[in-house]
Amino acid sequence: MFNRNVLYFAIMLGLIVLVGQTQSWNVALTITNLCIISAVMALGVNIQWGYAGLFNVGIMGFAAMGGLAAMIISVSPVQEAWSAGGVGVLVSLVLAAITIVAAVFTYRALEGKSFRLLALFIVVLAGSWAVRAFLDPATAAIEKVNPASTGYLGGLGLPIILAWPVGGIFAGAAAWVVGKITLGLRADYLAIATLGISEIIVAVLKHEDWLTRGVKNVTGLPRPVPYEVDLQQTQWFLDLCAQLGANPVTFSSIFVKLCYMVLFASVLLIILWFSEKALRSPWGRMMRAIRDNEVSASAMGKNIKSRHLQVFVLGSIVVGIAGAMLTTLDGQLTPSTYQPLRFTFLIWVMVIVGGSGNNWGAVLGGFVIWFFWIEAEPLGLWLMELITSGMAEDSALRAHLIESAAHMRLMTMGIILLLALRFSPRGLIPERN
Amino acid sequence: MDNILNALALMANFVFVPAIAYGSQLALGALGVTIVFGILRFSNFAHGDTMALGTMCTILITWWFQSMGISFGPLPTALLALPFAIVICSAFVLVSDRVVYRFYRKQKADPVIYLIASVGVMFVFNGIVRFIIGPDDQNFADGERFIIKAREFKRLTGLSEGISIKVSQGITVVTMIVVVALLFWFLNKTRTGKSMRAYSDNEDLALLSGINPDKVVAVTWIIAAALATIAGTLYGLDKSFKPFTYFQLLLPIFAAAIVGGLGNPLGAIAGGFVIAFSEILVTYAYKKFAGYLMPEDWKADGLIQLLSTDYKFAVSFVILLLVLLFRPTGIFKGTGV
Amino acid sequence: MSFLTGEGMTGGYGGADILHDCTISVDKGEIAVIVGPNGAGKSTAMKAVFGMLQIHTGRVVLDGEDITSLSPQDRVAKGMAFVPQTSNVFPSMSVEENLEMGAFLRRDDIQETMDQVFDLFPILKDKRAQNAGELSGGQRQQVAVGRALMTKPSLLMLDEPTAGVSPIVMDELFDRIIEVAQTGISILMVEQNARQALNIADKGYVLVQGRNRFTDTGKALMNDPEVRRSFLGG
Repeated sequence: MFNRNVLYFAIMLGLIVLVGQTQSWNVALTITNLCIISAVMALGVNIQWGYAGLFNVGIMGFAAMGGLAAMIISVSPVQEAWSAGGVGVLVSLVLAAITIVAAVFTYRALEGKSFRLLALFIVVLAGSWAVRAFLDPATAAIEKVNPASTGYLGGLGLPIILAWPVGGIFAGAAAWVVGKITLGLRADYLAIATLGISEIIVAVLKHEDWLTRGVKNVTGLPRPVPYEVDLQQTQWFLDLCAQLGANPVTFSSIFVKLCYMVLFASVLLIILWFSEKALRSPWGRMMRAIRDNEVSASAMGKNIKSRHLQVFVLGSIVVGIAGAMLTTLDGQLTPSTYQPLRFTFLIWVMVIVGGSGNNWGAVLGGFVIWFFWIEAEPLGLWLMELITSGMAEDSALRAHLIESAAHMRLMTMGIILLLALRFSPRGLIPERN
Repeated sequence: MDNILNALALMANFVFVPAIAYGSQLALGALGVTIVFGILRFSNFAHGDTMALGTMCTILITWWFQSMGISFGPLPTALLALPFAIVICSAFVLVSDRVVYRFYRKQKADPVIYLIASVGVMFVFNGIVRFIIGPDDQNFADGERFIIKAREFKRLTGLSEGISIKVSQGITVVTMIVVVALLFWFLNKTRTGKSMRAYSDNEDLALLSGINPDKVVAVTWIIAAALATIAGTLYGLDKSFKPFTYFQLLLPIFAAAIVGGLGNPLGAIAGGFVIAFSEILVTYAYKKFAGYLMPEDWKADGLIQLLSTDYKFAVSFVILLLVLLFRPTGIFKGTGV
Repeated sequence: MSFLTGEGMTGGYGGADILHDCTISVDKGEIAVIVGPNGAGKSTAMKAVFGMLQIHTGRVVLDGEDITSLSPQDRVAKGMAFVPQTSNVFPSMSVEENLEMGAFLRRDDIQETMDQVFDLFPILKDKRAQNAGELSGGQRQQVAVGRALMTKPSLLMLDEPTAGVSPIVMDELFDRIIEVAQTGISILMVEQNARQALNIADKGYVLVQGRNRFTDTGKALMNDPEVRRSFLGG
């Protein structure tokens, strides 16, 4: 069994090497880096689904929380914007916190009273009015500050690596709120609720310009690794190139990607190590016992809901870390790129194909599916050209088919998911019992 | 007095009419979700993309009719295309049942497995739609645009605020009423409809009574496909057709079905209107409305809008969470907790 | 040969056998009752007769025809009707609709049968438009039995029909069951209330651990000192 698993990873490595040889090493490394990030995300989802059977359809939102963290941690603050509206934003945040506390207090204190909901409604309405009274003018002022280049508060100007754990915390906090409400109900409800929260998180990123510049994007996030142009002027790097006989321009780009790879791979290995430890610990055994038989587990006095909340938050933290890593690699926060098909459902395909319940399976799934997601486009295009080669050059159908090849990968992913679920429901590397 | 009438006309024009139309569309969508849930016992994530698929069929047939010079007078040609589109969409959905869901039914698989399978079907349907018609906006409404124009209304009533009702809105409401009446007649009065309710109520006993499960399931899918095609076409006529929008409709539609109580058709309709009215009431800017009702010298600064329209999804979501918190079975009791 | 015979039935739900060479039979218009301690395989024996459980040895014969390999649905078509112990009605459908669903396979006019059921259970006629889920436990059992009778069965099988109903309702139900038997329908019943059930039984089966322990007429079993001591509480 073990040998077969090693073989899978060897084949994967072989495919990447093949891309390196035939396309370019730059492409191969780009794919590898994204494969690693996908693997981390798949690990997070596997913690929720594989360990506990929780169906999270909001992966996109938790990844976006990570992306937000990357931006907030790394970008330097915009002083002018802070002086224009910083106080207002902070005051409104405090007011929002007070409103929540007051709402919870009202709800608890009026237990059994008939006007409980009305009172709650009034508290929330008054609170939101107060928040808006401070937030709206503040954000308007912030967004007026040099809108073409800033128009937002900026961030904290800290090293971006710090954003990875912070992204995990952001995602975990969002997961806690959703989980608190929907866990313990039918799996369908958790699915819908997570779908909803992820849409809302992305909507906030897209529309709150004072925070994220919205669709204007925040570009040029500082890197955790050197810049190509700097490398090309560094003596030791030029010496290294001379030694290897490589072109400094090409090699600098490869070198940067290798640096990223080392960072990402370390994170992947650390999380993988913890996941494996957790899975084998009494905690992991208990989680699986709950997953396999909720009734008997609850009869044994296990508090299923709070266990599920734990595992849901943990998994989301891992997704948040991966989301922060992705934004770090991109070097920019582009809210409009958060698409559910790419960020939620693709990750699901990874977990199902790889092997739910098995961490190595999730990692393999992350690699395999990302690889084919990227390579499906050239493959699809090639296939379409082959199919349409008999048609006339100017045929409208041919043009349409070639143009539509890009959409083929959605269908391909759907078919892969359905085939895996039906014929290999335990995945490439099945769960060990 | 005029001010009050103007304020009411304003509300009717910008809140009431759009919310009724949007609510009807959501109700039809939620009915599809709730019926699949009641009979097959899973939340069908592919429903939004089934709507897109059905609407795409309508659009293609509409274009074909238009190219042959067939039209429906003042009404949109799409209405003529609708029955054909329903047949094609049903065929797609029945095939998806045959190659995907039937296997899990025989296995008596866990509902969450169906859920994942429906995600796969969603991908495939989405791919088909984008492959055939592309990811962009398509406008396919033709015929008259308005039943009443704001200008005519103003002329007739002498008010300074007008009410306009689009043909698409009128069609939406009329179609919704007809479809819902037909559906309830079918479920409550016909043998097949009753057998579906029996199957949804108590599957084992239905089997003992000799009800054929394959037939029930097939009829369910056809109804779901028909509802999806109608809801999608009406939404497309009223706004516009864009595949991704239909995926995003999944959230308000599910919220409507859950708010009403999953598996309960009446609840789905009520839920659709609850969601639509909340969404529009919360995101409507009341500045002008307040202007009519408040004293002359009082002038609102800002839009007096509770929530920007960018966050209209948040409204469905919050209502969904509130219902799950306080009444997980929905307003009307559903079958699933 | 009796009207219905389950002969030498041996089998279980896939794992170990639960029934061991168990034989049950009912004649036309007769009431047969299966009693025994908890876990004796009473309901299992009935399910084996109905085909909800695979038996690997033995056979089931109805009216001279071997039906061992038929599915429960096919057995319904052959004239068997089964009333499960729990969830035996369609809760969100009216009483009348419940009865209609019972007659789903019939293509002829069902009004006459429905009138007969209403004659048997007059309360159901009053509540015909009410949802079955809103009825009391005893009334729900009446709906369940009525639903089963709608197929015009020749054999009615009841799995603990009096579970969870009050003693008064129980007596009433037993009276109705006797009335049903008098119309010529054979009745096979599993009962927890052994004493009352044996009272109305033409034939009684005491099962222990999936085997026939005592088989006799209801009266004889009631008078058998060993049966009384072990199973009827003295």
